[in-house]
Parts: sequence; structure tokens; C-alpha cells
Amino acid sequence: MPTLMTTPAAGRFGGFGGRFVPESLVPACDALAAAFSGAWADPAFRAELGDLLAVYAGRPTPLTPARNLSAALGVELLLKREDLAHTGSHKINNVLGQALLARRMGKRRILAETGAGQHGVAAATAAALLGLEATVFMGERDIERQQLNVLRMTTLGATVVPVTTGSRTLKDATNEAMRAWVADVDDAHFLLGSVGGPHPYPWMVRELQRVIGDEARSQSPYVPDVVVACVGGGSNAAGTFAGFADTPARLVGVEAAGGAAMSSGRPGVVHGARSMVLQDADGQVAEAASIAAGLDYPGIGPEHAFLGSVGRAEYHCVKDDEVVAAVRRLARAEGIICALESAHAVAWVLREAGGPLLPTGSRVLLTLSGRGDKDMATLGEVA
Amino acid sequence: MKLLVPYLTAGVTENWIDYLLAMQAAGADAVEIGLPFSDPMLDGVTIQQASDQALARGVTIDSILAEIKGVPVRVPLIAFTYANLVFRPGADEFCRRLAEAGFRGLIVPDLPLDEAASVEAAAASHGIELTLLVAPVTPDDRLAEIVARSRGYIYAVSRMGTTGERDALASSAATLAARIKAAQAARIDAASALPVLVGFGVSGPAQAAEAGRAGDGVVIGSALMRRVLDGATPADLEAEVRALRAALDRADQEATADHASHAEISGHRG
Repeated sequence: MPTLMTTPAAGRFGGFGGRFVPESLVPACDALAAAFSGAWADPAFRAELGDLLAVYAGRPTPLTPARNLSAALGVELLLKREDLAHTGSHKINNVLGQALLARRMGKRRILAETGAGQHGVAAATAAALLGLEATVFMGERDIERQQLNVLRMTTLGATVVPVTTGSRTLKDATNEAMRAWVADVDDAHFLLGSVGGPHPYPWMVRELQRVIGDEARSQSPYVPDVVVACVGGGSNAAGTFAGFADTPARLVGVEAAGGAAMSSGRPGVVHGARSMVLQDADGQVAEAASIAAGLDYPGIGPEHAFLGSVGRAEYHCVKDDEVVAAVRRLARAEGIICALESAHAVAWVLREAGGPLLPTGSRVLLTLSGRGDKDMATLGEVA
Repeated sequence: MKLLVPYLTAGVTENWIDYLLAMQAAGADAVEIGLPFSDPMLDGVTIQQASDQALARGVTIDSILAEIKGVPVRVPLIAFTYANLVFRPGADEFCRRLAEAGFRGLIVPDLPLDEAASVEAAAASHGIELTLLVAPVTPDDRLAEIVARSRGYIYAVSRMGTTGERDALASSAATLAARIKAAQAARIDAASALPVLVGFGVSGPAQAAEAGRAGDGVVIGSALMRRVLDGATPADLEAEVRALRAALDRADQEATADHASHAEISGHRG
């Protein structure tokens, strides 16, 4: 059974991954890969990060049995509660690791892209904690629909730069962050929020997120039949899957129907890696369309493309109306308001429970990647 | 002589071919044709706007190549585009189509040395010269390999940043051009004679002359595309390019007082 890549030197996941960046960024990517390799093997770095994750981020996060939903659906559903981590999502795991690394590399500032603003808030938080300057690039359209997170970022002292080009969402924010990095590569660390981008990012971010899967594995009383997580770029799913890749558990990633790179995309190169990409016949990257800003992205991390291509993980998609219904059902059944992004995983379980993909009696572990406060205005609009 | 290579985003306006002919008439030695990409991550705001404008007009790679095919272009054409457009049909098919449309060269800014092998092979098999880029931060051993593998030209990225107009030419431009020249001097093969073009952020005749003194020629994109986006006619653009030509020629005459420097593009299209 294929498991996760353990020898990342070439940055390849089968035919996916790699490093498609301008020559100007190649030395910086090399330096980052070397620095992360060194830090990840350094017990002092691991201890410092582990301490921050415990006393600052609130780890370990609980594994909550969803008793009412389980009874109603006829499956056993466990929720890995990343919504309870500091800043409200799993993004804090990655940013604390990368911000510590940035400081270790002598960087003065961090650059980050954000869609829903969860990564931007987390990056601004880590920067504040560790004394780094933060600049966050965010699409103008996302700024409009995620005002709360914009205010959180500015309160934390970050500069939020509106991106007005292209679809004015995460894809364009990522372009702009990479442009800014080229211009300030000595001083700045590009704190990428997901498992995409050039090597070493897909590997590094998965390693920093694997705490989700490792904790869940040790907290769960059994190896679940199915492990499920939402996927945009795919960092919470990658971290979750990492804890179960060597078990018989089925790994399920759930994409937004309007941003389903695995279901509707083709192999392509965007933002520095070869992966699955929504694109037209010429290779122009398509604009995704999802109610969840964090999944409004036409690509996916290259390791997911690999896991899907070899059949180790399966990828499904759900529609916006199923997602909205899932937020409400989880809230009313369990008293948990999850993010629209996380609700994709919930919606898939709600839809498939009792069917061939998720037979009655299945034991399901679902990563609830974030909390839903930021989405209240959006939910209000769809009544 | 010093080489003048203006850049034009294909399809930016309905009459974009007229700009191409204007560049040729004004004395361009070659023209870089930008094949617009939805996510031009190494381009500044001007080329982004030009690319968006072209794509919004509905141009495709096929429509661009079909338009170019029928045009009486004498100067070499070099495609400048991003990796995804090359890989989508496959590098071999992409290069075949470029060659069929009369292109001489190809530049892919997000295809570094380490990822270039398949495109190098495809380009070579269709007679397309794949020009590689060198950046100010490129270490010496890597620079030497780029010099050995680049075809047509060697592209010196003048500064750490995106394309786009700047108030002054970065000091890194001359340093980098000198490092490339030194690496070429250590060789005895064809790579030792490839022209070194300086590009990224070169704006106006004075900077063109300065960049031309640093290398064998200059690529000018955003400064010209800004004029096109602002409504310059082909005749206006021809005058701009003539001014650049004159500035480069003056720089060359000054330089030849010290030493003869000949960098030429051999052969002509069609």
C-alpha cells in the first residue's frame, strides 16, 4: 500500500510536485528545504514547537464523539476538533512551525496568502507572538465576504494587501504573495498556508500538520474504517491522512463542487508545483466558485494528486447547498458551528451514510478543520 | 551592435499585429511575443493587465499562432509564456505548433533548470531555441550550467522582482551580465558566443543604453506595453522603439571606441 512520501529530496510525489518557480526563487527554496530538514531533525526545535502547540495553541485538540448524529445516521462519527485550536482552525499548527523556522533562518518578515482569512489570521498571530512583521495578501472579493478575519488580522498588527487582479480570490492572492517574495527574498519568508507550492512546501506543511493525524490516531479507540477531511489546497486532510496512511483506513478528501481539482481538473503547473488543476484546453487556470472562500481554489496539493492517482485516497465533492445544510445540521445536533470549509466533510458523511460509500455501522473519523464564526454573515444571506 | 528585443503581449488589442510590425520597422532585432497566461506570477502589473486584456478578448494559443502565421515578419520571434501553457498540450506538441507558426525561440520563466529537461528536448527536436534565465542570486555553479544549456540567448534577469518599469536600472544588472560573460569566456563551444540579453524593469532609452552596455542587448516589455494599454497607436510605438534603437546604437558606438563587440543573431525567419 503506498504511504506518504518519506524521502523528500526531489520534492516529487510520483509524477506530481516539483519546483516550477522563477530562477530568482530557486536558491530561496533550496535554503528553505535545508533549513526545514535541519530544524525537523533538531530535538530543540521540535521541543520548542511542541511547547507552543501545547501551551499556546491548545493542543492536543479533543476527539469528540458526535453521539446524536451518529445515532441518527447509523454510523459511528468521531470529530477531530481543530475548530478548538487557537485562532479557530488547524492553520495555527503550520504557522507556528513556519514562523519559528523563519526566525531560525534570520528572516525579519513573513508574507502570506489567504482565502477565507483563517491562514492570514493564523500567520498574523504567529508573527505577533514571535516578533515578525506580517503582510497578508487577500483577494478583494474575499475581503468583502470575510470582513471579520480582516479585522482580526489588522488588530494583530498585520498589513492586509487587497489583491485586485484576476478572480480576486485565493489564487490571485497566492500569485501576489509570490511576486512579493521574489522582490524581498533575503528578508522575507513566504509563509504558505497549504500543501501546495514548490518543494519544500508540500512536504513541510504536511509534516507540520501531521500533528492532527498523529493525535487522532492515538486518541481514537480503534482504527476507523474511513478518515475524512475537506480539501481545498488540502493541508488539514494531508495532516490527518498522515496519521492513518499506514493503516487500512480509507482516506476520503471532500472538495467543493465548484473547486474540484481532483474530480474535474487535469494535470498542470500552477503556483510552483505540478498537480491537478482546473483549467481550459489551452492551460488557462479556471476560476473556482465555492461558498467557502477557503476552498475557492482551482488546484490541490501535489501529494493529494499522487494519493488519488494511485488509489490510496479517494476524492469526492459536495455542493454549496449541501454544505450550508451540513453546518446547520451539525450545529443543531451537536452544538458545534463549524466553518463552511469543514462542513464539506460533514456534508459528505450526511449524504453517504447508509449508502455504498459509507455503509451503516461504519466507523468514521472526520477532521473538523475550523470554526464557523467567520461565516455567520454568509449563512445569513443564504437563509 | 547591441540587440534590441521589444516585448509584445499577443492579442492585447485587435490590431496587435500592427504593433509587431511597428517594432520590426523601428529596428528591433527580435521580438518577444508574450502568450498570455491567466496567472503570470513573474509579471508586474502592466503585463498582468495586458494579459488579462488579451484573454478577456477571447484569444487562444491557436488564434494567436494563426494570426502570426500570415504576417510578413523578418525578425526572429521568441515566445514568452508560462509552464502550464507548454505542458497542457505537451511540450512536444507545443513546440511543434510554435515552429509551425514560425517562432525561433521560447522563454518559460517558471521553468528552472531542474525542471527543464523535457522541454529542452522537445524544443530541440522542433528547432526551437529554449532560452534559460539567470537571476542575480543564481550561484556560480548553477550559472555555469545555465550558460551551457541555454539556447539562442542567455537571459539576465536584471533585478530581484517582477517585470515592470522602475526609476533606475538595478546595479545587479551589470554585475550579473559580467558574471555571465566570465562564465562564457571559460568555454570554447557555441555557448561562449550566445548574446546576453538584460531584461526585467528596463525603462526608457537611458536605461536601455545602460543595460545594453552591461550585456549584448536588452529586452523591453512593460515600458512599451504601458504605452499600448494607454492607447498608443502603432506609429506612436514605432517612435518609442526608434528612440530605444538610437540610444542603444549610441551606447554601442561609445563602447566600440574601447573594444569591438559583435553580437549578432544568425539567420532569419522564413
